[in-house]
Amino acid sequence: MNSKYIKEDKLLILELLEEIDHHGVEKIRRKADDEITKYMPRKVILDFNNVTFMDSAGIGMVLGRYKIINMLGGSLEMENVSTPLKKIFDMSGITKICPIRG
Amino acid sequence: MKNIYENEMKLEFVSKSNNEAFARISVAAFAAQLDPTVEELADIKTAVSEAVTNAIVHGYEDKEGTVKILCKLVGNSITIEISDTGKGIENIEMAKRPLFTSKPDLERSGMGFTIMENFMDEMEVKSIVGLGTKVIMKKVIKKDEVEEETITEVLNEISKMN
Repeated sequence: MNSKYIKEDKLLILELLEEIDHHGVEKIRRKADDEITKYMPRKVILDFNNVTFMDSAGIGMVLGRYKIINMLGGSLEMENVSTPLKKIFDMSGITKICPIRG
Repeated sequence: MKNIYENEMKLEFVSKSNNEAFARISVAAFAAQLDPTVEELADIKTAVSEAVTNAIVHGYEDKEGTVKILCKLVGNSITIEISDTGKGIENIEMAKRPLFTSKPDLERSGMGFTIMENFMDEMEVKSIVGLGTKVIMKKVIKKDEVEEETITEVLNEISKMN
């Protein structure tokens, strides 16, 4: 995972680079939470541009991060979500609280 | 009469989470013989990933066991059976309900069965508590049907012209 923090906007961009399944999600979770608690951003963007596979573990992962960010008073958005990934997110209704940009 | 295409493969692996990717990639490689679209292949991979994860997380509860996959190609459809000999499911209807999860602490979304049902054409769950669970899924690869229809239409039109 690559991360970029833009201080003046209090914006944290987390670029996911791995396949998101039950196996891969643990690492993503740990890294994302480290970055979030380090910067305490107002907004977090999860960038899915380099994600080649995702199953329902992705829904749990996004929802879990949303809960943490929401507790800290921030918001979460998703970016570069491909059609197969969007199909999974739409099915869960999670895009209502974590909107997809663009 | 046209010959129906048939093929079969079996896969068996230890219930370790790093085998989730191995399982879905292997099934997708086998399914590729039916010449599915990228989207159909993505649906199959996702459904397999969900069933295998369920076997590992819920069937064996992260203890070591064996996950078995049996794949059959008949005509333009693929049937995938994924089974474990883990603890089984007490209430299948409840387990299939969207957003239901027996392990909310693990950030599981409870969408596994919903995804399998939606991404495949047929899905059946058989389970006996203490003996294990078997998920049987079927997907029809649509492309061939469309092509066959087109061919039939063309043939019909030709016969009309005559």
